[in-house]
Amino acid sequence: MNVAFDINGQPVEVQVEPRTTLADCIRHDLRLTGTHVGCAHGTCGACTVIVDGDAVRSCLILAVQMQHAKIVTVEGISNDDALTPLQAAFRKHFALQCGFCTPGILITAHALLTEEPNASEDRIRDVLSGSICRCTGYIPIVQAVLEARAAYQVQARSAAA
Amino acid sequence: MNVVNSYVGQPIERIEDLRLLRGRGQFVDDLHLDGMLHAAVLRSSIPHGRIIRLDTTAARVLPGVAAVITAAEIGDPVPTIPLRLVPMSDLVPYEQPVIANGKVRYVGEPIAVVVAESAAIAEDALELIAVEIETLPPCVDTRSAAANQSLLFEETGTNLALTYTTVLGDADAAFAAATTDEYYIRRERFDTQRHTATTMETRGLIGAWDSERQHLTVYGAAKVPFASRGMLAKQIGLPESAVDLIEGDVGGGFGMRGEFYPEDFLIPFAARHLDRPVKWIEDRREHLLTCNHAREFDCDLELLCRRDGTILAVRGRINGNIGAYIRSNATIAPRNIAQFFSGPYRIPNIHIESTMLVTNKTPTGTYRGPGRFEGDFFRECLFDVVADDLGIDPVAFRRRNLITRDEMPAKLATITPVRQQEELDCGDYLQTLDRCLAEFHWVDKAKLKGRLIEGRYHGVGIGCFIEGGGVGPRENARMVLESDGSIAVYVGSAIVGQGLETVCVQIAADALEVPMERIRIFHGSTTYLHAGFGSFGSRSTVMGGSAIIDAAENLKKAIRTAAALRLNCAVDDVLLEAGMAKSPDGNVVGWTDLASENLRADGTFFCDRRTYGYGAHAAHVAVDPGTGHVEVVDYVAVGDVGRIINPMALRGQIVGAIVQGLGSTFLEHLVYDEDGQLLTGSLADYLLPTAIDYPNIRVFDQEEYPSPNNPLGAKGAGEGGIIPVGGVIANAIASAIGVQPKSLPLSPSRVWELMNP
Ligand code: FES
Ligand code: FES
Repeated sequence: MNVAFDINGQPVEVQVEPRTTLADCIRHDLRLTGTHVGCAHGTCGACTVIVDGDAVRSCLILAVQMQHAKIVTVEGISNDDALTPLQAAFRKHFALQCGFCTPGILITAHALLTEEPNASEDRIRDVLSGSICRCTGYIPIVQAVLEARAAYQVQARSAAA
Repeated sequence: MNVVNSYVGQPIERIEDLRLLRGRGQFVDDLHLDGMLHAAVLRSSIPHGRIIRLDTTAARVLPGVAAVITAAEIGDPVPTIPLRLVPMSDLVPYEQPVIANGKVRYVGEPIAVVVAESAAIAEDALELIAVEIETLPPCVDTRSAAANQSLLFEETGTNLALTYTTVLGDADAAFAAATTDEYYIRRERFDTQRHTATTMETRGLIGAWDSERQHLTVYGAAKVPFASRGMLAKQIGLPESAVDLIEGDVGGGFGMRGEFYPEDFLIPFAARHLDRPVKWIEDRREHLLTCNHAREFDCDLELLCRRDGTILAVRGRINGNIGAYIRSNATIAPRNIAQFFSGPYRIPNIHIESTMLVTNKTPTGTYRGPGRFEGDFFRECLFDVVADDLGIDPVAFRRRNLITRDEMPAKLATITPVRQQEELDCGDYLQTLDRCLAEFHWVDKAKLKGRLIEGRYHGVGIGCFIEGGGVGPRENARMVLESDGSIAVYVGSAIVGQGLETVCVQIAADALEVPMERIRIFHGSTTYLHAGFGSFGSRSTVMGGSAIIDAAENLKKAIRTAAALRLNCAVDDVLLEAGMAKSPDGNVVGWTDLASENLRADGTFFCDRRTYGYGAHAAHVAVDPGTGHVEVVDYVAVGDVGRIINPMALRGQIVGAIVQGLGSTFLEHLVYDEDGQLLTGSLADYLLPTAIDYPNIRVFDQEEYPSPNNPLGAKGAGEGGIIPVGGVIANAIASAIGVQPKSLPLSPSRVWELMNP
């Protein structure tokens, strides 16, 4: 089947089997391999991407459901020259070790802070509890997200002004 | 500019983060080779039985299927997976064949491999394979295995594959002599549950065969690529030089990943068989079913001490449920659990037998702190039971028995077979205990013991540990001066996702006195060096780092020699500074100008003595009597790791390991039913810690006692965080509820049952 959507600002059209998950489509058809698959059953959060503004698990939805959707992956929140404030905070706090869970966690945090730039520490922990990281013990991840929050607050203020 | 020796010891931000944070890492499933096929594995659903029929006809003719591989295609004899470190002939009959050959012995054992144009077609084809298995009675626990009523390997006549004996002094004589009231004897049983590393990236492999060069390349290697290459080359009948294992980014190792598994043969074999690249990516259920399991031990131990708490002897037996086969590193945990049982304590007489019993469960291997997490749980629980009974404060009991600085180096018990005797290198165990008590505010918190505050019982626990690391025998490194003046550093250590790349750059840059930006690290692939040993037993920094220092010295010599010719001075007079070579009369030549001379140097580090990091952990818990839920209110870890290379990377390892240990203590359990079926085959059933579970952890690292055994002074530090956790938490819970837990995991229902017997 054919499906057309927008990914990281680029319109794409892909031919997929009806059973192809969005995760597989992104990784193998579009070769955007930053999005990872840790469980393929909705429990680990590694495959999280943003669809029309919401963080969703791309292993749990089918690619064919994505007609006209706007999708953002870790590649879409990255740029070539410098790390974003969120990424820089992750680096500063050693919030990643193997880095396998990291794209899903960055996307989750980005979606949260975009929507709720004043999210409290408890709220952040709560939302992050949907993603599994086996390496870091989460403490540095929470610290990094808390630090990055300021940049999202500035952005929200300038958007409001 | 004079570059000072300045990177080691700094919290340098990691180099690998720049790609990993932007989705540019290269994990094995991110690779795509032209013409690549995909494999799926048919696995036994029966824990113990004989294959009486295997019909793959229908699967072979499914459109898109390229091949179905079974024991018949592989031919006689089906290769087996050998022990990696210390071969033992007694264990050969228990080695795992790379594919089920006549018998199946655990649920998940590979029976056939389908290779097809897509992973989906390969999975479809699995359903078309007809297998008939005559079932045999399964053994799932050590008791039924020891009864030998159902034998996994009829030819050996027993399920007891091996017994290790650990001896120091004469325990039986000490017990026999303890006839008066002055002595105290306590016998207890404890057990730890089967669980495992559960890395977030599952395993995966790509095999590629170049028929023209007769060369096999395997992507997805980790941990010990050189050893795995040796095994694969032998099994598949190629010289080692015709096989390369390539390590990319790796989503967590923790001792599990990178050991040799059946697929490490099957996928390369399929690629060669079909002359096309073949990819296999494990799914999560397969991961939980087939990766090395760990930690399933039970014990029956007896401790003898004086009434003042002075320990005189420990004796008894520890049983290891090692699963269906002896895999490549199955002996490590059963050996460590006995050999290092005494930890940092002075136990003058020890006699412990540690058995390895085969059962119809997934084979076992190492998981971070193998045998040490379990042994520390047994020991620290036993200590608190004894101290409590004798009315001795648990801190005083430990203080009395910790090995002191003046007793170093201190001998540990000797283990056989493959006799091994180790000694603790250096350190001040009392100092880390004291620091832990101070940072924790023990004196104040101990007052909470057993008190019911706002509906919850509070308690505190403490434990001391050692962490053996820097396992030899050798590691290699090579440095090459590149034409742009940068230095390529090739190391045999594998990366396994814990920041080693940055640590190696720090060490190399300091050793060469050049800016970090000039160093490039190449690791973990067999193409770079003739031999390497890899990353296990917290050895990468110690061994790999020391090999880098040796290579740097040799490269500097080579640069001086080349520069001396150009500068017209004696080699010894050449001064190296900031990437320049200077003669005494002030002439200068840049390293870049010397690069054309093809300057390179090898380095090796030999060491047969382990390093021993050490420390103490303390925990404050609050137990809800209504639900049995335990909150970790505060957790303090103090560790001395010798020289610290990167304090942030170190802290990350320790916090991560503690949280894994808390998962081991409270949550993680690979549950089997009595028929040998795994009940926890998804991450919805096998629970891992999440961000809300354990936010209160405080870590204090120190480097008071650099190891005398390597030029860095570093000690292994990847495992210390996990080792004491189970014992410390169990003892904190005991102090809260007045009942000593003796089994893990301490799930809410278990804790509730302890309170409501
Ligand atoms: S891969 Fe989608 S939640 Fe784990
Ligand atoms: S960094 Fe390895 S799983 Fe999170």
